[in-house]
Amino acid sequence: MLTGKTAIVTGGSRGIGRSIALELAKNGANVVVNYAGSEEKAQAVVEEIEQLGVKAFKFQADVADEAQVKEMVKLTVDSFGSVDILVNNAGITRDNLLMRMKESEFDQVINTNLKGVFICTKAVTRQMMKQRSGRIINVASIVGVSGNPGQANYVAAKAGVIGLTKTTAKELATRNILVNAIAPGFISTDMTDQLTDEQKNGMLSLIPLAKLGEPEDVAKVVRFLASDDANYITGQTIHIDGGMVM
Amino acid sequence: MADVFDRVKEIIIDKLDVEESKVTMEASFKDDLEADSLDVVELVMELEDEFDMEIADEEAEKINTVGDAVNYINNLQG
Repeated sequence: MLTGKTAIVTGGSRGIGRSIALELAKNGANVVVNYAGSEEKAQAVVEEIEQLGVKAFKFQADVADEAQVKEMVKLTVDSFGSVDILVNNAGITRDNLLMRMKESEFDQVINTNLKGVFICTKAVTRQMMKQRSGRIINVASIVGVSGNPGQANYVAAKAGVIGLTKTTAKELATRNILVNAIAPGFISTDMTDQLTDEQKNGMLSLIPLAKLGEPEDVAKVVRFLASDDANYITGQTIHIDGGMVM
Repeated sequence: MADVFDRVKEIIIDKLDVEESKVTMEASFKDDLEADSLDVVELVMELEDEFDMEIADEEAEKINTVGDAVNYINNLQG
């Protein structure tokens, strides 16, 4: 399905990013596993991918650092010959009530979660324009659509990602570069494990399917958007949230 | 001089799919050669590859005509 394609997955060492990296690899793509700090986990993902019979390497880069990202893209093209799929997944949280949120907490989250998407998108666009093909899939969040108390920074960044997705989709459509966002809801990962029981129960009561999503539920949608089956979809935000926000 | 112009012209003909006779030093990419802004960005990328150089964004924004591009490259190589 993705045989011979090359994918970069930012924040690919853990959680949803790890599942996405593995899912793309299962379908034949070579994968670059970008990570910020979890080197051992990134290495484990690379080894798991290599067992699937495709190529992979890990690359440490801060997604908001243009020089590091450019280097990652260059090494990707030098190693695998193309960049066909970019999954902008890297993200952090610094939750706090608006009244308590420090400016630094706001800036950090915007920097990684929003500016990082801009930097990585810009870095692969040159190659994808030359190829006259490419898929960019941005991992937003359902809270970027609905809002969420305690996450002003994260929600602002994710809503920004949805807007960035639409603009990028319009700018690059004539070059056959398709750009979509996904908006996961409550998915079982390290990030949601940090929530309190009260927060979890509150969210579960809002989910029609009445259960958490699994990282694989998200990864399969990304695989679809990266494939030829999604040739006529661009600029969209696909909710993967058990029906939480309709 | 002619050499740079010819190489630039070839890229323009290929990328913008225009008649050779339209590609003069005075021709404006947007007005005469019907390039949109993304086409111009792409042309600059092609020129960077062809002439093995980097054109800074501020400089690239000043390139409006075929002559602008040719002169820029000639100055760099001069």
